[in-house]
Amino acid sequence: MEKFISINSRAVPLPVENIDTDQIIPARFLKATDREGFGEHLFKDWRYHKDGSKDKDFVLNDSTYSGKILIAGHNFGCGSSREHAAWALSDYGFKVIVSSFFADIFKGNALNNGVLPVQVSPEFLKKLLKTVEEHPETQIEVSLENQYIASPSFEGHEFFEIDNYKKTCLMNGYDDIDFLVSKRAEIELFENRNELARVSD
Amino acid sequence: MSKTLFDKVWDAHVVHTIEDGPQILYIDKHLIHEVTSPQAFNELEKRGLPIFRPQQVLATADHNTPTKDQHLPIKDELSRKQLSQLSENCEKHGIQLYELGHKYNGIVHVMAPELGITQPGMSIVCGDSHTSTHGAFGSIAFGIGTSQVAQVFASQCLLLTKPKSMRIKVNGKLKKGVLPKDVILYIISQIGTNAGTGYFCEYAGDVFENMSMEGRMTVCNMSIEMGARGGIIAPDETTFDYVKGRKFAPKGQEWENQLDNWKSLPTDSDAKFDKEYTFDAEDIEPMITFGTNPGMGIKINGFIPDQNDSSLEKSLKYMDFKKGESLIHKPINYVFIGSCTNSRIEDFRVAAEYIKGKKKAKNVTAWLVPGSRQVEQQIEAEGLKTIFTEAGFELRQPGCSACLAMNDDKIPAGEYCVSTSNRNFEGRQGQGSRTLLASPLLAAATAIEGKIIDITTHLN
Ligand code: SF4
Repeated sequence: MEKFISINSRAVPLPVENIDTDQIIPARFLKATDREGFGEHLFKDWRYHKDGSKDKDFVLNDSTYSGKILIAGHNFGCGSSREHAAWALSDYGFKVIVSSFFADIFKGNALNNGVLPVQVSPEFLKKLLKTVEEHPETQIEVSLENQYIASPSFEGHEFFEIDNYKKTCLMNGYDDIDFLVSKRAEIELFENRNELARVSD
Repeated sequence: MSKTLFDKVWDAHVVHTIEDGPQILYIDKHLIHEVTSPQAFNELEKRGLPIFRPQQVLATADHNTPTKDQHLPIKDELSRKQLSQLSENCEKHGIQLYELGHKYNGIVHVMAPELGITQPGMSIVCGDSHTSTHGAFGSIAFGIGTSQVAQVFASQCLLLTKPKSMRIKVNGKLKKGVLPKDVILYIISQIGTNAGTGYFCEYAGDVFENMSMEGRMTVCNMSIEMGARGGIIAPDETTFDYVKGRKFAPKGQEWENQLDNWKSLPTDSDAKFDKEYTFDAEDIEPMITFGTNPGMGIKINGFIPDQNDSSLEKSLKYMDFKKGESLIHKPINYVFIGSCTNSRIEDFRVAAEYIKGKKKAKNVTAWLVPGSRQVEQQIEAEGLKTIFTEAGFELRQPGCSACLAMNDDKIPAGEYCVSTSNRNFEGRQGQGSRTLLASPLLAAATAIEGKIIDITTHLN
């Protein structure tokens, strides 16, 4: 996994609440057996009409907005556990998703793929969306090290929370597999202990 | 210290706790299917790691399978490839697979419990959010992403932060025609689709104590639709009776030992939860959803809320419904009885009882899709198949089918489908399709009438 320290980028506003993973990547694109190429199908049914033409009103088709940060409405990523949603966002080029609330499984999936979910207050989210919508050129700064999100174009910044362990992983580009495999001896010990407890019952 | 059921099972599986960080949780059973496992197998191969405990992994093919002519080669090339990759991976790594056509094949959350693989006190994961279903047995069961599938492959463990605990109590007696599906749709409509985020939810009270295992599975299945990581119900005699004698259930002395352990699992009377809700069974009516998330549900004879709310407006536009409207008499052309929420034998018994001697409305395409081969056989053995075919319903072969618009079974754009599945998201059952979630009883009645009816007046 790539290391993540901080990012300065323009942002794409998507002020829709309860964006579920079926919207992020519809099920018909889940037949692939590798991880690549999902970006093409990100928000497919919002990006394209049924006849294959682009929906000009959808923000990803609006050249006014660009950047590595997606700012979305409350409860982002609810629904299915498909990690393809995180792969699609990452493959498309998003490094950070900002929302006032994330669904559990999505949050974990994002972190496991080097995409940082930044949870902010509803007020801050509103302010951020308004700024970006009115001034698409606005640069947003996200610092993982110091756990804040800010922009030079408006007052104030907000701190966000992240589990210490996950933060270290992201900053060093490690993942959970490396860690768990290093604990195999302890895991075997646990298995033996449980086996013994069962027998002596 | 007093503990909840969830605490007891969780704590018994903690291998290691990282200071200020997550815990290593041991996983007893890892269920896999064709869609969320291939990239995890690739990941292990890339790192040159073997599967740590292949005997604790069990595979089935369900999402991407056809529900017709299962004996023939699969037409869609990508689907065929995904399924053959699962077979190859399982073969290579020594993992038990119930592939298409196998007598135990079925939707992962239907086939595992019916084989006695799901047992109280276990930790169970699967790369599928409805793994919460297995919590009905008093086990900790939850959905994981593909990176986590790879973690479990590599170590039989996961790194997790312990969720908070919540309890939902429903006391009293359910009215006639109110099914477990209505109970969970009612709960979600009351507390919303993210009330459970960050929590593991225990269901308690008379209603769940008196519920069958099938019903408990329906309820736990939809825990994820209120955001909860999983649902859990205390194991009791109903649970033990269900598990006993099943293929993988413990036998003899092992059964006795396990039983003692299982009986110690229920929540201590003075244990504390981080959040509690209480509902009255008498307030619950047959439910139906009108919008594009499972929380947008109303009583069958109720009205779509009339509020200024942008997500309500967005979903009504998609569904082509109006604020303040009733759904009674809306014409419906598609009915789907199936999915891991409602495709067990009891669901088909409920449907058959209503359908018996009646005929499906002409305008309706009605699909009945059993959750597993075993359910399919039981439908035949109990004579339900004849009832269904005489009424004009189409009984298909087991699989996820029209629940997710991935295989061939899709609802056409613009059409309404009264469905017993768990998600009514935009396009969930097919691009542009419109889903109304309901119980198998209401779905059956819709198919007979060709429109939505007030089932409460019909029953009385
Ligand atoms: S039936 Fe639907 S919800 Fe259940 S496992 Fe299959 S796709 Fe998922």
